[in-house]
Amino acid sequence: MLIRPSVPRDLRSSEITPESLYLSRREWLAAAGLTVGAIAGASALLAKRADAQQAVGTPFGLQPDDKPTPWMDVTSYNNFYEFGTGKDDPAVEAKGFKPRPWTVKIDGLVKKPGDFALDDFLKGSKVEDRIYRHRCVEAWSMVIPWRGIMLADVLKRAEPAPSAKFVEFTTLYDPARMPGQRSSVLRWPYTEGLRLDEAMHPLALLATGVYGRDLPNQNGAPLRLVVPWKYGFKGIKSIVHIRLTDRMPVTAWNTSAPDEYGFYCNVNPTVDHPRWSQAKERRIGEFLRRPTLMFNGYADQVASLYAGMDLRKNY
Amino acid sequence: MQMMAIWTRVRAVQRPRWWKWAVWISVIVPGVAVIAGVLSDFLLGTRWLGSNPVKDGEQILGQLTIKYLVTALAVTPVRRILGWNWVQKDRRTFGLTAFFVGLTHFSWYVLLDLQFDVAQLSDDLTKRKYIIVGFFALLLMVPLALTSTRASIARMKKRWVTLHRLAYVVPLLGVTHWWMSVKADIEEPIIYTVTFAALLGWRIWYARRDTSVHATSPRERPRTA
Repeated sequence: MLIRPSVPRDLRSSEITPESLYLSRREWLAAAGLTVGAIAGASALLAKRADAQQAVGTPFGLQPDDKPTPWMDVTSYNNFYEFGTGKDDPAVEAKGFKPRPWTVKIDGLVKKPGDFALDDFLKGSKVEDRIYRHRCVEAWSMVIPWRGIMLADVLKRAEPAPSAKFVEFTTLYDPARMPGQRSSVLRWPYTEGLRLDEAMHPLALLATGVYGRDLPNQNGAPLRLVVPWKYGFKGIKSIVHIRLTDRMPVTAWNTSAPDEYGFYCNVNPTVDHPRWSQAKERRIGEFLRRPTLMFNGYADQVASLYAGMDLRKNY
Repeated sequence: MQMMAIWTRVRAVQRPRWWKWAVWISVIVPGVAVIAGVLSDFLLGTRWLGSNPVKDGEQILGQLTIKYLVTALAVTPVRRILGWNWVQKDRRTFGLTAFFVGLTHFSWYVLLDLQFDVAQLSDDLTKRKYIIVGFFALLLMVPLALTSTRASIARMKKRWVTLHRLAYVVPLLGVTHWWMSVKADIEEPIIYTVTFAALLGWRIWYARRDTSVHATSPRERPRTA
């Protein structure tokens, strides 16, 4: 049997790795090993730190496997273009924002218009903690323990005129305090709207807090709308003006892209966004996608509002 | 005078010994970091890629693809302007990296984002214009990657140059794909579009300038410029 030498005879000396290099490679491997170990250790620590905040409140329309999304995600993954278009921009850019003193104006087709200091505005309404599902139009979702008052409460106090059909909401316009407004990415100030019967629905909330605390600036301090059966961008933030009107309000996203964002924006798995399917969603913190539910799981409570309407046309 | 002296020195710079390593690190580390990040976030509960690792990683990979394409296209202008002929051999490295990162971006979208939802994939590939444009950009990179070998260059000669002009079409499709995919914030797609336009503009300008200067022997012009 022919046994071949394991080293070819014609190996040139230049092809042999010098000992110094060979040794330095060992050192490099050791260093790489240490680095990987350190990263794994740090990862484990970070994972443990993951969030002590306890969700408080009454669950509304939650599915059996719905768990509140950690405080960390709720307060760091935000769409709030007034403070930048990146998801992590608002938490950084809104740090110095002062949500007090704050005045809310109610006017339009109401018997009792007025300008209210925030505390007076909230006075007389029952503050509740409610855990809602939240579905963003970008196909991600959360479960959020809000604190707030019923929008219907506020509207009833203002006494809408019989001619009032819609409610228009406006965000603060102050580019000095909201740096995102210096760019023309959207039409400022941000406006949103609801039909009056939608606004009067007991699920429609004016939130002042989350996780039992005051709203962090990046979540729309000091006052924001929460309409859990609609896509998240209907939940206008840092509201300064509520106006009742007989005409369908012009909304920010509808102005920006009318073929993509209508007036209603109800969560609907069967009506796709022109650029993506709305059939499924990614729950923040979960890997596998979930099916999206009609009206985000609130169909029993709100479907009657849209009886007889073509939801494909009224998207 | 001093400006001239500095310029002469810059042009005289030779390929530093660490250059090769810098190139390798720049092509390997970002992609590996994104993949390691998503694994760590889901398996160990870290937050390297933030609250939505699948979406973030997908977008980072897409933007990386564009960045490698920019880098690949910037090689020749750098070579011509600074006189650094030694950067030329990195062009293929960056171009191939753009292809592999783009392929990873697409695979990420199918495996992690859509999670093998074949119905949605076929919907996306037929209905969503921005996905069609992006997919087309990736497809156009396939022949470029396949003919990136020295043997192909030698075999195809002029046809290689013609084929590889696609290297200008791909990034334009890439930024269009990006542009169409964002909701309203088109600042970054604009920056990259302008960069590509500048690189393409320089190339056209350089080719014309070349013709007038070396009018006597146009055939000997380095056509692969």
